[in-house]
Amino acid sequence: MLQYTLKRILLVIPVVVFISVIVFYIIQLPPGDYVSNYAAEMSVAGEVFTQEDMDAMRADLGLDRPVYEQYFIWIKDIVVHGDFGFSFNYNKPVLAVIEQYMGLTLTVSLVTMAFQYLVAIPIGIYCAVKQYSIGDYFFSGLSFLGMATPHFLMAVILMFLSYTWFGDPLLGLFSAEYVNAEWSMAKMIDLAKHMVIPVIVIGLSGTADLIRVMRGQMLDELNKPNVVTARAKGLSERKILFKYPTRAALNPIVSTFGWSLTSIFTGSTITAIVLNLPIQGPVMFNALLGQDMYLAGTWLLFMALLTVLGTLISDILLAWLDPKIRTEFRGT
Amino acid sequence: MKLLPVFGKSTVVKPAGSNDVNYSSQWRLMYLRFKKHKLARVSLFVLALLYMGALFAQFLAPYGLQNYDSKYVNAPPMKLRFVDAEGKFHIRPFVYELKSARDPETMRKIFTSDTEKRYPLQFFVKGESYKFLGLVPATTRLIGVEVPGRIFLLGTDALGRDLLSRILLGSQVSLSIPLVGVGISFVLGLIIGGVSGYFGGWLDSVIQRIIEIIRSFPTLPLWMALSAAIPPRIPVVRMYIYIVIIFAFIEWTGLARVVRGKFISLKNEDYVVAAKIAGVGDAKIIVKHLLPGFISYLVVATTLAIPGMILAETAMSFLGLGIRSPATSWGVLLQEAQQIDNIALYPWKIIPLGTVILTVLTFNFLGDGLRDAADPYKR
Repeated sequence: MLQYTLKRILLVIPVVVFISVIVFYIIQLPPGDYVSNYAAEMSVAGEVFTQEDMDAMRADLGLDRPVYEQYFIWIKDIVVHGDFGFSFNYNKPVLAVIEQYMGLTLTVSLVTMAFQYLVAIPIGIYCAVKQYSIGDYFFSGLSFLGMATPHFLMAVILMFLSYTWFGDPLLGLFSAEYVNAEWSMAKMIDLAKHMVIPVIVIGLSGTADLIRVMRGQMLDELNKPNVVTARAKGLSERKILFKYPTRAALNPIVSTFGWSLTSIFTGSTITAIVLNLPIQGPVMFNALLGQDMYLAGTWLLFMALLTVLGTLISDILLAWLDPKIRTEFRGT
Repeated sequence: MKLLPVFGKSTVVKPAGSNDVNYSSQWRLMYLRFKKHKLARVSLFVLALLYMGALFAQFLAPYGLQNYDSKYVNAPPMKLRFVDAEGKFHIRPFVYELKSARDPETMRKIFTSDTEKRYPLQFFVKGESYKFLGLVPATTRLIGVEVPGRIFLLGTDALGRDLLSRILLGSQVSLSIPLVGVGISFVLGLIIGGVSGYFGGWLDSVIQRIIEIIRSFPTLPLWMALSAAIPPRIPVVRMYIYIVIIFAFIEWTGLARVVRGKFISLKNEDYVVAAKIAGVGDAKIIVKHLLPGFISYLVVATTLAIPGMILAETAMSFLGLGIRSPATSWGVLLQEAQQIDNIALYPWKIIPLGTVILTVLTFNFLGDGLRDAADPYKR
């Protein structure tokens, strides 16, 4: 087991190196670079930007060097100094930019995650226990609809409804008067109010998925012999339900727990753009479009690493549960 | 129950009846089970209609892609009427001319029906020229009204373009991109996953690491980065190809994993080992003995991958990273629904959402039906 774990962890290293190369390649893909984008913006604003200015700026930012050199400098700084580079757009270190948005991003993501599990698991259990009842059809239909509607439109529609019903489309995460205010009770309430739409919209597809998984798992578990035995022995239905099938049905859901945070992180991007949320997604989107390469690159790298770690953990867990995988791995 | 045919003594046993479960082929069994799945059957029918609509879009759409009329900006859907203002009944449905006016309070432009001018609906009218099925030049369109009349059954957009026509023409892009993309990733996944699973060894390790790398990228930023790399001013056809390739590039990894897993579990089965010992070549083993064992699963996995692609295409177009003008797709049409005041003032602009939901749902149901049909243990 230890041998397998070590081998598996060692295998992650080349993957991570490759990913960092590809990330750097991808952020270089769009035509032009930050300087040409900047120059284009400036000329729109009416300023003249000569070729010499651009060359000077490139030299200043280190963009005149060959791509591989830029890459090695970037990686060296990350490994040696923990320095992820400099964001051109924000004119501060990448880490500072990420830090600035991290708090709210995590808040939105974690609340969404909690919402998903708290809503999906009880509904899934209910739908399985009361299979083919009106409630089952209602929730199944709702979850199908949630899967089929594009996030961004759901956001627009909810905004519209909130505007017609409450007179406020609830854009952003704070009302105007609270954006720069100190943290207070009123600001918290304001934030909570503004979180309702994003959490529903971002969590919707995940919730729909989870309901279906949970329902299917429960249906499989409900007719297992251990449940029948428990019932024959006269246990109360409540106790039977929560003691055996629910615990077993939760297994596959728990095993994908690690990924759900990443998927919420990335899945929220478009919604955040539409709803104008001050979280990572839109910042990174603009960084990608505007060739703010170190910011975009760091974020992509970070996301990819999260997924790699999630896979690693689930692989190790699987090997721990299933000795077959371990031995097969040793064989190759 | 019938007796199994025994060697040489099968004279009494009748040839397999077409509905006899014991004698039917795997595909026949799948078909029989699929037929029982009502929702999937209805979905297949709806999808067939949608794709027919896309195929004959130029003929069905009253107007062409470039057709616009600044007189009818943001016009609401016209009602098809049978009874006119005087209460007279007409066999042939008709629409009234739209008259634009200003709302006396908000000064906003509004449209009212001009009951003086009546345009009966006509079938097989001469319209703008187009190429039928992309080949035959034609001018006949299914419905239309006499010029100078206009017919906007689903309203118009901010440039005065007919929404119905644009939904139909947009479906050509929105419905074909996922199909072509999934097709490419199906082939890629089959070949690469097959090689990885069948031959194993270092080749398998390398391919698995590559798949792992591609999969560990969050898909959305990957799309963004890749499509941001598409140069802005290129012909529509090339842009279309680029986008399909981006989708296929990301999607094949999932299918390759399914194929590999199936290959690994099947290649050590006794019958395959027997074939190997008997000297059957690799290619023949794969095609004859391995593929039939799991191709049905692959078809299911492919079908279930389509809805995700449709949603992704809308999302990309929505961000302005997918199909761009002059071509159109459902995502492009929904861009106008992005602004909340557009929905409030011109609610018909949300109609393309309906077609998106319908398509995604029906593909999901179809996939579910196919999965149930392909699963031999399903009762």
